[in-house]
Amino acid sequence: MRGKDVLTITGFSRDELERVFDEADIMLSALDKGGSLRILEGYVMATAFFEPSTRTKLSFQTAMLRLGGSYIDLPPEEASSRAKGENLADTIRMLDSYADVIVIRHRVEGAARFAAEIAVHPVINGGDGTRDHPTQAMIDLYTVRKALGKIDGLTYGVLGDLKYGRAARSFILGLSLFKPKKVYLISPPQLACRLDTLQLLEEKGVVYEETSSLAGVISELDVLYVTRIQRERFPDPTEYEKVRGSYKVSMEALKGAKERLVVLHPLPRVDELAFDLDNTRHAWYFTQAAFGVPVRMALLKLILKG
Amino acid sequence: MERELRVSKIKDGTVIDHIDAGRALHVLRILGLTGAEGLTIAVVMNVPSQKLGKKDIVKVEGVALEEEQVSKIALIAPSATINIIKDYAVVEKVKVQVPALIEGLLKCANPNCITNQPREPVKSRFKVSSVRPLKLVCEYCGTELNQDDAIRQLTGGAA
Repeated sequence: MRGKDVLTITGFSRDELERVFDEADIMLSALDKGGSLRILEGYVMATAFFEPSTRTKLSFQTAMLRLGGSYIDLPPEEASSRAKGENLADTIRMLDSYADVIVIRHRVEGAARFAAEIAVHPVINGGDGTRDHPTQAMIDLYTVRKALGKIDGLTYGVLGDLKYGRAARSFILGLSLFKPKKVYLISPPQLACRLDTLQLLEEKGVVYEETSSLAGVISELDVLYVTRIQRERFPDPTEYEKVRGSYKVSMEALKGAKERLVVLHPLPRVDELAFDLDNTRHAWYFTQAAFGVPVRMALLKLILKG
Repeated sequence: MERELRVSKIKDGTVIDHIDAGRALHVLRILGLTGAEGLTIAVVMNVPSQKLGKKDIVKVEGVALEEEQVSKIALIAPSATINIIKDYAVVEKVKVQVPALIEGLLKCANPNCITNQPREPVKSRFKVSSVRPLKLVCEYCGTELNQDDAIRQLTGGAA
């Protein structure tokens, strides 16, 4: 995996993902013991986030620091040369000459792939446009493995914005690398999965069903992945208002659910995930966010050192 | 008396045969020919073909095709053959090939694709996932283009 660009979740094989997860287990136990590791001492990571981020950026930076490395961060637009009109290609060339690995998030689709074509060092996609967020999918799958001991053979529900949400799409594509029993794609019709995603599920032989009702399938689910309906992805604000709040997951909505149902959410949440779930056995989303650090530590280590 | 349309041979130039029926005018557009150039041009449309059922043929006197034009023709007429004529004889016959990757010829339909951003040194790049029907997938953003999209873009008109 050394030197590998991380652009899409399907750019990884199942074996490679399992290697990341095994390494994440090692990182997690090292973190539990406290202190910092020195595995990436002397290495520099550049974070170039052209879109807002809390967890992704901070957990990458934390991961690098915990491994004994350091990071440089591209300043906000108004404080950098981009305010003078510098393009992405030149920005990436500069970061590539300063750092050993670049993590990029960009609103433009294909920005990470373009950056990877320019940069000599590996590029990690921290989310581009409405399509890919591969490291989030790794964390999500890892959380399932930690919570239920396996990823295969489970029934999944993926709920919310399946059309514009890159985290949901990447999670669904990530599942296609494993052998889920069934995947329910739960969304209002205007936010249903795009055709290319469904085609990929079919090619990989994943059993799936599209539905607009959580209540109809809740009792079957082992994992419920909830995503935010993202306002910024709607070209038309009235469309956003129509679906906002219509897919709220609360204790009431989970009536009839399995005892061990695992609820995941890439966060941040708006009003799709009620606070009354937070202290229940179903709430895995804060643990999921915490796993962002060991999983990204594992990935950085494997990419930079093998 | 044989009631068949005859098109006379050309001395030097190019014959594009086995064009999908109804697409000869698109081929002329790709070649940038309007007829006003004064060249001898023969366009034969919807004639019987063993391979295609029906086909079009374009004959142009005094024109040799550029590589980019051949690539574009391949996208709208993937079975086309290009015959180079010298002194009334076919001196070279080439079947067009749809390449696995189409670079720089077409524009991605997604305005939010990196290839549509101003001031970025990047060419569009599509993977050909199917030739018939034509299906192209943007390597950067996954957006699909079909046959009609390709015709529209390459000829600047309706498919």
